[in-house]
Amino acid sequence: MARAAVPGRLIWRVATVDATKDESATARTLVLDVPGWPGHLAGQHVDVKLTAEDGYSVERSYSIASAPDGTRLELTVQRIGDGEVSPYLTEDLRHGDQLELRGPIGGWFVWDPSSPAPVLLVAGGSGVVPLMAMIRADKDKVPVRLIYSVRSPADVLYGPELSERARVSPLTLTYLYTRAAPAGMPVGRINADILAAAGWPPDNKPAVFVCGPTGFVEAAANLLVAAGHNPAAVKTERFGPTS
Amino acid sequence: MRLPPGQYLERGFPVLSAGPTPRISTDTWQFTITTETGDTAARWNWQQLMALPQVDVATDIHCVTKWSKLNTHWRGVSLDTLLDGVQTNAGYVMAHSYGGYTTNLPLPDIRDGKAWVVYEYEGEPLRPEHGGPIRMLVPHLYFWKSAKWVNGLTLMLHDKHGFWEDLGYHDYGDPWREQRYQGD
Repeated sequence: MARAAVPGRLIWRVATVDATKDESATARTLVLDVPGWPGHLAGQHVDVKLTAEDGYSVERSYSIASAPDGTRLELTVQRIGDGEVSPYLTEDLRHGDQLELRGPIGGWFVWDPSSPAPVLLVAGGSGVVPLMAMIRADKDKVPVRLIYSVRSPADVLYGPELSERARVSPLTLTYLYTRAAPAGMPVGRINADILAAAGWPPDNKPAVFVCGPTGFVEAAANLLVAAGHNPAAVKTERFGPTS
Repeated sequence: MRLPPGQYLERGFPVLSAGPTPRISTDTWQFTITTETGDTAARWNWQQLMALPQVDVATDIHCVTKWSKLNTHWRGVSLDTLLDGVQTNAGYVMAHSYGGYTTNLPLPDIRDGKAWVVYEYEGEPLRPEHGGPIRMLVPHLYFWKSAKWVNGLTLMLHDKHGFWEDLGYHDYGDPWREQRYQGD
């Protein structure tokens, strides 16, 4: 039997840069207007396509940082030093510039804000981006705990907004600094003690989302399973190469 | 021209998995072929698999998340060997994995020297995050079709969605036709 309608066929759309916001020395948020955007779920990503005048084109995937909001879409892009795409997106794009994108993509690493289960978010570096979309989508004030591993205080994305949200909603923040910490705080990596102290016990049956570089996600997900979390309730998104 | 459209060259080996990496011991690993009528057609444990003819494969691989790796080296067993003697009218197959992952493929796409189960990568045992102890290798399709931690195939008369296919990814996944998502 032929499928009557192909659900959600992903067409390329033209997005216009409405604004840019620097989130750190190397990360920038692109606020885009995407006419016809069908909406998205917190945690999804888009494919971005850039085409040069000679027709050469490149595609990359970027996480959506914003909660669903009509035709407005925010992507936060971390600049990769020798990258082919991210330097352009984080340094050259200006208000009014256009790019092609399609999405939303990914139906697994998504959070449903109407689900009452508490949420544990574990971020490594720019892996915080899709988790920020979940925090921003939490209109019903489901309790959320974010454990955010980052190189140094200067690398924290969304710092002021996270602090403000923690003040007014049931969001708790735990920062781990892997290279340089503020005075009086240790430098260290994610471990079982931190997950036990700053996360949810497995008995609370939290929805768990882990996003970051491959090594970080492997470590965090293994620790969560060892601590008794149901592997099926631990959703992961890994980026970057391993050997 | 070895890079399919929209792909870039990657020198590392990124990991794409939906959840924690399962730890599978070769002491308990089994691989089962189930027919379209639900019967067990064949089953191997690790020692039995290792007793089958082993082959070396050199190939390019292409992930739907845009990276490609050229000239990767694997060692394993051809699916022709595993499907040899299996009687079926099926046109499709669902690959199953420890941890619950599934992916669907047309049966002809895993026959005639196009697909393997592999347990070595670049001369080393395949690491768990890359699907070890053993994964599928179907390199002419996007790499999510090469199921990690694979433990069986179910033959099907009619095509059905696997894990990512049910979430909007393409049923076939030809990198050269850029079949990333349903409708591509």
